[in-house]
Amino acid sequence: MSELLLEVKNLSVHYPVKQGFLKADKIFKAVDDISFTIKKGQTVGLVGESGSGKTTTGRALVKLAPITKGQILYAGEAITNLSLKRFLPYRRKIQMIFQDPYASLNPRMTVQEIIAEPLKVHFPHMKRKDRVERVSELLDKVGLSPKWRSRYPHQFSGGQRQRINIARALACEPEFIICDEPVSALDVSVQAQIVNLLQDLQEAHELTYLFIAHDLAVVEHISDFVLVMTEGKIVEQAEAEAIYKHAEHPYTQKLLSAVPVF
Amino acid sequence: MTTAQDPLLQINKLSITFRNRFGETSAVRDLDLNLGENETVAIIGESGSGKSVTALSLTGLLPAKPACEVSGEILYKGENLLEASEKRLRKLRGEAIAYIFQEPSTSLNPVFTVGYQIKEAIRAHLPKETNVHERAIRALDEVGIREPEARLKAYPFEMSGGMQQRVMIAMALACEPRILIADEPTTALDVTIQKQIIDLLKDIKQRRQMAIMMITHNFGIVSGFADRVIVMYRGEVVETGPTEEVLSKPQHPYTQALIACIPRLGAKKRRLTTINAEMIKQ
Repeated sequence: MSELLLEVKNLSVHYPVKQGFLKADKIFKAVDDISFTIKKGQTVGLVGESGSGKTTTGRALVKLAPITKGQILYAGEAITNLSLKRFLPYRRKIQMIFQDPYASLNPRMTVQEIIAEPLKVHFPHMKRKDRVERVSELLDKVGLSPKWRSRYPHQFSGGQRQRINIARALACEPEFIICDEPVSALDVSVQAQIVNLLQDLQEAHELTYLFIAHDLAVVEHISDFVLVMTEGKIVEQAEAEAIYKHAEHPYTQKLLSAVPVF
Repeated sequence: MTTAQDPLLQINKLSITFRNRFGETSAVRDLDLNLGENETVAIIGESGSGKSVTALSLTGLLPAKPACEVSGEILYKGENLLEASEKRLRKLRGEAIAYIFQEPSTSLNPVFTVGYQIKEAIRAHLPKETNVHERAIRALDEVGIREPEARLKAYPFEMSGGMQQRVMIAMALACEPRILIADEPTTALDVTIQKQIIDLLKDIKQRRQMAIMMITHNFGIVSGFADRVIVMYRGEVVETGPTEEVLSKPQHPYTQALIACIPRLGAKKRRLTTINAEMIKQ
């Protein structure tokens, strides 16, 4: 349990902001010198408002955002400066679930094509028949009927689409899943189903999660450890319970006070 | 026929049915609802429970017959809105009943400044108003936007989601409606911004003395805001009562599940309750 899976050291993601011809670019610090670790089998919650840099952090871990400075160690291996080709095996081990279930599925692809796509990339020698079987198995796992595999995304509700997203992330048997606001676009009742599903899958497949969200109540519920981020910096990190009981940073207190109490 | 006790808005046996080439879908069945002066009522339910359709039906914003059939009675100060002419409804929209919708970034027109859009609303509903500009500035000022005069020239994309929602509220309030219908006004926003918007609505309600109909799927934002709640499930009202009573002693299993499915801070780690069909039948 205590084995480190991910170690992030002094990670920064800076973007230049054009100021016009001849003027020097300003620098926007989306992520500014953050460090944290994630243990195997743990769920680490990353919470903050929009614009705090939490999504950029998640994307930087899989090379979807340009890393300016810092180092990322995955299972002890430095993955920051790997070429895309040598990074590919890590793309299999680290998967992502995106926020908007409407925008993150290609409307012109069937469910079968969507879920089979990562299989084609990472297991090019897999036979077609095996792929179909694997997709059925995955659909079943996330609570959808394998009969629906030839349907298109628009035929599903938001919660069902998020299940398809989860099935796609699970396709290549990942070790680590970055969940970028997987439930913010969903109704509270559907949110509960998806949170439960993620927890069941974690148990069944020994997954490690980085769970990104703006709602501290959800993050506290699902996470073992919580990172609080604002303006590109991590301002507080602690065990989930400790965050709730004695939050130290004023920003964490602000987030806590925003959660409706009833 | 209006007396002092009569509610501002009274809905009797409202039923809404949609029809297409595959058949009929009943969206709302026999809904009764009263909204008094200065009262806040929340309609709560999941997607597809019929809550938004109910709100749209009030001012005839649903598709025309035969695609959509609305029956029952919607009385606004004693006048049946279901029998009102399109001209009359157009007058009532904005002036009597105004809306705020869920997604501020899609309800604002991206190619016009927010000032243009607020002024457009004022001109459409209050053609006699001579000082439209002043009124638009006041509207933005009221919803807590700093430097309102300068912000009138801003385009929606220059504003954050919370700011855009404030503009939507300013636009809805510009014509001083008697009833404000807020259709999931905070769903697309961060929890911190959500709190700001709810606080703003509370504050405006105090000052303006108007009625609010809040539509949401989240019991969390209703507490401390709505006087009464109406819980809808698949087009029917399953429970209604004062907010604190429903929250503390929910009677219907659906209401209980809807409350229990929200994760709470500091609660013992447990599985979240989910809603399934068998639960409702009991």
